[in-house]
Amino acid sequence: MTTVVSTRPAPTAAPTGLAADRPTRSERRAGRLLTAPFLVVYLLFLVGPVLVGVVLSFFNTTTVKSGLGDFVGLSNYREVLGDSLFWESMWHSVLFTLLTTPPLVILALGVAILASRIRRGRLFYRIAFFLPYVVPSSVVTLVFLWMYTPQIGLIPKVFGAVGLPVPDFIGSTSGGWTAVVLMTVWWTFGFNFVLYTAAIQDVPADVYEAAAIDGASPWQQIRHITVPLLGRTTSLVLILQILASLKVFDQIYQLLGGGPNQSTRPVIEYIYDTGFTAYRGGYGAAATMVYFVIIVAISAAWYGLRRRRATSSAA
Amino acid sequence: MTTITQPRPAEPKGAVNGAKLFNRLCAVCLTLFALIWLVPFVWALITSLRDDASITQSPTSIFAGGWSLDAYSTAWDNHPIGTWYLNSLVISVLAVIFTVAFCSMAGFALAFLRFRGRGLVMAVATAGLMLPTEALVLPQFIEYRSFHLLGTFWALVLPSVAAPISVFVFHSFFRGIPTALIEAARIDGASWWRVYANVCMPICRPAVSTVAILTFISSWNSFLWPLLVLSQTKSQTIPVGLASLVDPSSPQYAEVMASSVLGFIPLIAVFLVFQRQIVQGIATTGIK
Repeated sequence: MTTVVSTRPAPTAAPTGLAADRPTRSERRAGRLLTAPFLVVYLLFLVGPVLVGVVLSFFNTTTVKSGLGDFVGLSNYREVLGDSLFWESMWHSVLFTLLTTPPLVILALGVAILASRIRRGRLFYRIAFFLPYVVPSSVVTLVFLWMYTPQIGLIPKVFGAVGLPVPDFIGSTSGGWTAVVLMTVWWTFGFNFVLYTAAIQDVPADVYEAAAIDGASPWQQIRHITVPLLGRTTSLVLILQILASLKVFDQIYQLLGGGPNQSTRPVIEYIYDTGFTAYRGGYGAAATMVYFVIIVAISAAWYGLRRRRATSSAA
Repeated sequence: MTTITQPRPAEPKGAVNGAKLFNRLCAVCLTLFALIWLVPFVWALITSLRDDASITQSPTSIFAGGWSLDAYSTAWDNHPIGTWYLNSLVISVLAVIFTVAFCSMAGFALAFLRFRGRGLVMAVATAGLMLPTEALVLPQFIEYRSFHLLGTFWALVLPSVAAPISVFVFHSFFRGIPTALIEAARIDGASWWRVYANVCMPICRPAVSTVAILTFISSWNSFLWPLLVLSQTKSQTIPVGLASLVDPSSPQYAEVMASSVLGFIPLIAVFLVFQRQIVQGIATTGIK
């Protein structure tokens, strides 16, 4: 390798491998070898399923037998787009997103602002708010199922004590949505809380000091400094939350099984049911692709918007 | 990143009493809120220590009937919890090892090396950040079946290795290393492999721990994919095994809560030991 040094043009050149000179053969080889393991796994197991899904959606594949089955053209898609059950489950995922996004974003912002004003006990707040997020969904479901149990559960007792009517948390549609939303807010709000906390720490302290000297009250500081400066973070938290909520499956499946009467079944459970209960692989794949396109379109739109805003603010 | 743990500068010295009062009010609200947030954990723990008869008779008087650890031993005897633990552990550890190794190698190459296809790899990995993998379980299942990977641990390890986000975490950490250091190592005769393994990896400990912990937690907690891939009871993971305990017809509250407590204790331990890295990891991967 010492030859590399002696053949290098002038001492003024930038460091090896990062300079404008041509990359050496060993550098090119190392580059290929070091990326290869990741690239192979990535192409096979992340890009692979997308391609498999596209192919499957044109065939009448069943999940019980191997092999593709008959080619059916676009008929799977026609059936999916005309299936009211698919659109109902799609609506349930959207409804879940509409119900969970506002509390998860606003609560996270509010609690993060409160926490930012307090110097002691940060570990305690971090544990209280973020610990639920690292617990598996099935544990959360078991604990909440127990707390929702009619008559003897804690939450019906609390509802009764406050004077609210006690909903049938597991047996009715509206009660089911209440149950699932409460549980989800408890379980996942810590993630947004962490994102907001990190963003608040990046606000320079002298901005607050200047405001305080000008006589701004703490409330005015929060309203006119903290919240506006968190605009970028809010848009990030919002999109991450929307994408996460649209992918809901675990909680609803485990708490309600999509019931009662499939009235809370989200779209992933619909795909799961058609693919693994009715064994219609090709049809399920077509539903997957429709849903997949919607999700990718939303995140692509957000990335595009963000990039445009970034370039326009840089210019 | 160290800013996260720094105390917040509040009001300057000599601030009006109003500000102090306001902060005290904030503290009270926040503490109340945090206590409410801890209720489900505490409630599960208390229930697991009671017996079913006294739970049903007087659900809210927590001292009725006395406390015991019986529910834990029944839960342990009735369900293969030990096997579930072992499965989860093996899968998560394998996922961590392969993810850290493969993604750091790719991140290193993308940060420092020029080779044909570099731009393409970068573009493909960036596009991968947007792919909703959870939505693709069905084609994923068919693909793994045709590779005869269903029922194996590999089926659970490989999806977490194919995570472009981990590559980007390493990539951004490696970019922070001064190039002079790498040049020096190269002049000393170190191969690229040695530069990666002996120079860059030790410097990037924070990146390693971020990726390792987040990979561990997400692969320990994943539910739908293991539910599909491992269908036999003996080879289930903790989340899938615990989900099978839900039986509304004959509720055994204490036993179910004891199992849940056993399910969240390891995560509490991981969280308490690594909470700083976890929180920093979320902050770095979320706000890129």
